[in-house]
Amino acid sequence: MKAGTLEAILADIERKRPVVLATNLDSGEQQLLHRGDGDSEPERAHVERALRVDGCVTTDADSGPQVFYQPFNPPLRMMVVGAVHIAQPLSVIATLAGYEVTIVDPRESFAAGERFPGVTLNLDWPDAALESLGLDQRCAVVTLTHDPKLDDPALQVALRSDAFFIGCLGSRKTHASRLGRLTKAGFSEADLERIHGPVGLPIGSRSPAEIAVSVLAQVTQKLRKP
Amino acid sequence: MPDQSEMEVLVAARDWQTAGHGVALATVVKTWGSSPRPAGSHLVVRDDGSFLGSVSGGCVEGAVVEEALGVMKAGVPKVIEFGITHQEAWEVGLACGGTVRIFVEPLQ
Repeated sequence: MKAGTLEAILADIERKRPVVLATNLDSGEQQLLHRGDGDSEPERAHVERALRVDGCVTTDADSGPQVFYQPFNPPLRMMVVGAVHIAQPLSVIATLAGYEVTIVDPRESFAAGERFPGVTLNLDWPDAALESLGLDQRCAVVTLTHDPKLDDPALQVALRSDAFFIGCLGSRKTHASRLGRLTKAGFSEADLERIHGPVGLPIGSRSPAEIAVSVLAQVTQKLRKP
Repeated sequence: MPDQSEMEVLVAARDWQTAGHGVALATVVKTWGSSPRPAGSHLVVRDDGSFLGSVSGGCVEGAVVEEALGVMKAGVPKVIEFGITHQEAWEVGLACGGTVRIFVEPLQ
């Protein structure tokens, strides 16, 4: 590897810019590819797949030189909107699963440090908070407040971002009215299909911790089996 | 990926080279069966034989370091493979019965 290539990888990691190192295992030649880069359509697909599943991809030896595609992705992050009861177990298990968790809630009585030891709290209004956190393809956004004043601004930012997962807590009825409001705000049907609502896999969860498990399970499914 | 420890390996590779050392990087490119470290795992080796990271959880690191020192001298990358079937040839192998293919390259 050229020293410059290593520098460039480290710089991209620092800037949270996804990059793939393509190594020709026969010749040792290497190049760095960003999303959309590549000499051919299959190569662009390999780059996309490596980044998407966050795993290495090796081409078949039969079809020309063997190439090894290794992704360097930014860290996984989860933005939890609403410092409500469920946010407590969700922030804990998401942290265990490797996410950098930020809880967003402008209501100081909810977003109290003692309720969320060791978790980053952001007390800005959700749209401003999510804008400043810079959502990317390694981010999951989960809204928990049930309050359109807080959830909707967060969703508007999330829907305009590349976040890989967007989910909303709430009954089917509140979700239907949420989709109605977002449609009025100008979002298309395709946009709204990105939202998982009610969020979580249907495993019959009752307690906040069980609901948190179902949410993280759904986020994991979207991440690993998109 | 990269998790914190992989990040440390890459940073060490850069820092060692900046400090004037010869450096080689070993990367797991493929695994078969059960093997402790997934594709993409790194081991970085310095010209004095010290190393950081892991490509097998400890089973073949010694042999990989030897190969890495050779690659540093030759200046040419190579692919090496360890597994139960190569155990006698290499005198090392994976206790778990898996096979691992590793790309070893000099940092230039």
